[in-house]
This record gives sequence, C-alpha cells and structure tokens, in this order.
Amino acid sequence: MLTRILIASGFTALLFLLPLREPFKGLLFLIPYAVIGYDILRNAVRGVINRQPFDENFLMAVATVGAFALGEYAEGTAVMLFYQIGELFQSCAVGKSRRSIAALMDIRPDFAVLESDGGSLMQVDPEQVAVGQIIVVKPGERIPLDGVILEGRSAIDTSSLTGESLPRTVGVGDEVIGGCINQSGPLRIRTTKPFGESTVAKILDLVENASARKAVSERFISKFARYYTPAVCLSALLLALLPPLVNTLLLSTDAGWSVWIYRALTFLVISCPCALVISIPLTFFAGIGGAGRAGILVKGSCYLETLAKVRRIAFDKTGTVTEGVFEVTDIVPVGVESETLLTYAALAESDSNHPISKSLRSAYGKPIDRERIKQVREIGGQGVCALIDGKSIAVGNARLMESIGLSLPPCEGIGTVVHVSVDGAYLGHIRIDDRIKPQAATAIASLKKLGIRQTVMLTGDRRQAAEEVAQALGIDRLQADLLPDGKVEAVESLLKEENGGTLAFVGDGINDAPVLARADIGIAMGALGSDAAIEAADVVLMDDDPGKIADAIRISRKCLAIVYENIVFSLGIKLLFLAMSAFGITDMWLAIFADVGVMVLAVLNAVRALSVKNETQKG
Amino acid sequence: MTKTYKIEVDCANCANKMEQAASRIEGVAEVNVAFMAQKMTVRFAENSDEKTVMKAVLAACRKIEPDCEIVF
Repeated sequence: MLTRILIASGFTALLFLLPLREPFKGLLFLIPYAVIGYDILRNAVRGVINRQPFDENFLMAVATVGAFALGEYAEGTAVMLFYQIGELFQSCAVGKSRRSIAALMDIRPDFAVLESDGGSLMQVDPEQVAVGQIIVVKPGERIPLDGVILEGRSAIDTSSLTGESLPRTVGVGDEVIGGCINQSGPLRIRTTKPFGESTVAKILDLVENASARKAVSERFISKFARYYTPAVCLSALLLALLPPLVNTLLLSTDAGWSVWIYRALTFLVISCPCALVISIPLTFFAGIGGAGRAGILVKGSCYLETLAKVRRIAFDKTGTVTEGVFEVTDIVPVGVESETLLTYAALAESDSNHPISKSLRSAYGKPIDRERIKQVREIGGQGVCALIDGKSIAVGNARLMESIGLSLPPCEGIGTVVHVSVDGAYLGHIRIDDRIKPQAATAIASLKKLGIRQTVMLTGDRRQAAEEVAQALGIDRLQADLLPDGKVEAVESLLKEENGGTLAFVGDGINDAPVLARADIGIAMGALGSDAAIEAADVVLMDDDPGKIADAIRISRKCLAIVYENIVFSLGIKLLFLAMSAFGITDMWLAIFADVGVMVLAVLNAVRALSVKNETQKG
Repeated sequence: MTKTYKIEVDCANCANKMEQAASRIEGVAEVNVAFMAQKMTVRFAENSDEKTVMKAVLAACRKIEPDCEIVF
C-alpha cells in the first residue's frame, strides 16, 4: 500500500510539473490514478453488482471519475491519493490501539509446568491441567491457574488483574490467582480449579466479549451511517441537476453545468462517514481497555455509558465500605485494668474459631498460656464459661450475664458487645466492630465531588451500628435492619423515586447478586477470586478499594465526553464543508483534506480514552 | 447456541454492514460484529447447522468486503 502511495504521488507530482497538452495529460494522469485507485474502483463496481452501492468506495469512485470527466485530472488523482493515505493511517491507528489494548489485557498464561508423580517437569497447555495436580512456577513466569501454595515464598505482581502496583507477599497455604506474575521465588502450587473456571479465564472471556454489548451512541452511529451516505448521494445528484435546470428553464441564463457538477462531486468527497464510524467504537474500546488497566472491568460499552450517567449510589455495608473483618474497637473495664479484662476474654475464648473470638485473640496479641485455662464450657448462642487462674470466668452476651444473675449497666453504641464477669462480679465489656475501610471516607468524598447527588447505605445490620458508619463516611441515607431480600426491595423503591437519576449499586458480590442485577448498574468489588461477583455485576472492581468507584465513573465520563466530542466535531466539520461546497466556497482539494483530517483527529482523540493513569492518580 | 468467531474486516462501516447482512441469513438468530475486537458473535437458531450457516454468513460478508475472513 505504501509503495502504491509513493509511486502514485511521485508520478502525479511529475505530471503536475510537466507542461503537457490535452489529451495526453488526461491519459498520463490515468496511470497514477489507476495505480492508487484500482481497488477502490473494483470495489465500487462490485458494490453496485451486489446491490450495496452506497459505500465510501462508490463515493470516491464517482467523485474521481467525475473529476476526470470534467478535465480536473490532477484533482481526481489527488483525491484518490489522499483518500488512500487516510485509509492507511486509519488502519495503522486502529491496529496499533487494538494491539496496545490487547497487550494490556494480556493475562492469558501461555503454558503451565506440570510436576508428575516422579517429580519430573513437563510444559503443558494450562487447559490440560486437572484440579489437584501440582504445577511449578519459576520467578518471572505467569501463574497459569488458581491454586494453593504448597512450597515456596514469593512476591506476586497482581497489577495486570487489579491495577495495584504493590506486589503481594505470599507463602505456604496462601491462595494464588492465575494471571498474576510470580516475581521473586519459585512456587509449587496445587491447582484448585480447571483453567476454564479459573478467574483469569472468566476475565478474558468477559473482556473479549465486552465490545459485543454496544452502547446506544454506537448503535446510533451505525444507524446514522446507513442513512447518511445515500442521503448525501441523493443531495449531490440534486445539486448537480437542479441549479443548472433552474438556470436554463426558469431564469434563461447560462446553465453552468460544469460548475454545479464539480460542486456535487466535492460534496461526495466530503460525505464519507468513516471518521464517525471508526472513532466511536474505537473510543469505547480504548475506554474499556484503559479501565481494565486500572483494575476496573467493564462488561460492555453500554455499561460505560450508564456508568457515566450515575447520579445515585447505593452501597452494601459489610465488605464494601467496611473490611468485613471484626476487630476490638473499645474496652470498657469496671474497676480493673483494661488489659486484665482483655486477657480474661481472650483466654476464655482461646479455643473458638468464631470471628469474634479471633478478634479478641488478635487484640490480646500475646501467645495464649494454656496452663492457666481449665474447664472451658461453651454455651451456644450466649458465650463461654471457663476456669482461669482458679477463677470462674464468664465471657459472652447480655443473656449469659443475666443467666448468672448479673444485671448490666445500660450500654449504648454500635457493634457486638462482649461482657466479662469474674466469680459472679461484673468486670466490664469489650466492643467488637467491623472496621471501616481506610479509603472509604475519601472514596465517598470524591464521589460527591463528581456530582453524585445521593449516597445510600443498605445493610442488614442494626440501625444503631449502621448509623455510626454512615455518619463517619458522610453517607446521606441509610436503610438498616434489612432482611436478605429486603435489599432488592430497597433498590426497587429507590429506582421508583422520581427525578432520582441513574442508580448504581456497589456490593461485594457475595449474597447480593440479585441486587447487583436489579440496579441500573451493578458494581462488584473485591472480585479477585470471587467468580459469583464477576458474573453478577456489570462493572467489576478487581480489588476492594472503594476509591475505584470514583475512578470508574471518571474514566467512563471521559470516554463519553470523547464520544460526544467526536460526534459533534466530525458531523460539524462535515456539515460545514457540505454547505461550503454547495455554495462553491471550497474545492476538491480542501474537501479531501477536511475528510481525511477529521478522521485522523477523531481517531487520535479516540485513542485518548486509553490513557487513564493520570486520572486515577489524581483521585 | 452462541459462538464467537474471529473475523478479519478492514473498515468499521463494513463491519456494521456485515452485521446487518449476517442477521438476514437463515439460521442466525442474533449476530454482533465487534470491529475493534475483530470478533463475530453468532447466536444460532434452533436446529441449524453451524457449518452451513457460517458458510452462508461468510459468503454474505465477502459480498461486502471481498477479502474478509471468518475463522470457523
């Protein structure tokens, strides 16, 4: 293609300089014209034969053949030449951005090293590895499948999945996700899922099919292109015929056929819809690719469009704005040191695996001296009684305290309260609560800065507990004490509110799949390793940082802004030049520059959607 | 049954036209051509033979862009 362009442009320049006379000039110009445009002409003829006449090949063929017929050889050849240069640029730009996006999303592992029973290693396709087999991953290699580490310690780079640049340290017993890169040490991994069900396969599938879900503006453009080209052809025909006929028949002046035909041909040159048709899907594709790089998976262009329009956001509480991990937040002793209170509680609960017991032990922070504990007795739904240092200790809820005949001082506040008594005397209580994520407050603040009108928290927790979280985060509305299906109803009633605006629901994908599906757009977070979340949501945040919600909205808005810029810009320039050519202000040279130029600018603008790095860092 | 095929198409407008043309082929319930991903996703109608349908789809696409390729 490049050679054809070079030969044809060299030849055209030569002919331009030589003082040639008709009809040789015309015949000689046919040579570069044929070199550069033979395929366009061929496709145009084929289009007519196949009854698909109105495409850009046809437009270009008619315009340039017409120019030759009018004796404008140089222009006819140049138009074809520039058109081809534009096409070449377009295919380069599109190919390049496609490759760079593909490279971004290149998380597909090429191979797995399988360890056989005898200990020998064999390189196989990841799809051939069965669950429970042992694979070996050297430093620098991509972990091919989800699994559990049997041997080795390493730092793994999860950035291609999460956008998180800090490597994660893993050791024996930790779960690892396929698609991450093993950085520092060799790992032996027992696989837990076949490739087809692994997280990486699910993500790849999702990304590859993302462009199949087209956005409204994408559909609009393809529909528009369907009518635009025939409409322009018809107007060109009218432009060529009507004014001369009016001139001769009604005004009895000179018809000026050649002037009007020339204008009509210029009209055709500008009419090519390629700038629009290429730049809109390219923008969405780049936007989805850019979001993917930031650890935000958008399942389709249409969701990018909805995301940009979000005005209200409903959050799930546990696991979304809070860690979903319990922690001691307050120790209120009565007449003793808080250290003593905590020690008794931790020792008494030392055998239990309940999250509350774990949080007590981790707050205690010291190794448990089992010699001190005797006669541990668990009382279901109430707590634990034990003999510690020869004293009878009771650790549990209010019911347990009542059962041993203690009346409790009133205690207000949030979270779960654990009471402690020693030999029938009240010692105080320990408050345990789910910790708010450190980034949550900034995340909500930056959402507000983005013009989110309302934030709502939906939770099954007690109102008191939830209210404090909502206040700490600056969440506007709260619906607490919701039963599991109550969240769906809550979202439905939010959707019904008038002038509410587009509603997003953010959850962790566990238990809230129906809610994710019901909202205008469902955002699942902390999805790494949770397939349910990946399937249920429209937008998937790979890690559990709520700050990514604002990033996702920012990326989608930027992408949509570019889409509208491109629509307005390309259509505006086209219409302007159509008008100008109808009045004869422009000639064919300018027309082809406008056409190719608009396309180049629109494509460059579209590629801008790919760069999201700066935006995410600002947030 | 829904299947995704790799497709080689050079211009975005042609991809749109191919989508239209393929949707008119008998045995195709729904079709989507993603130009950027160079992917054609076809949902086949019940009791249709994939090979026959895809051959017809390819022929229809070739009418729009003679050098287009669909891998099936």
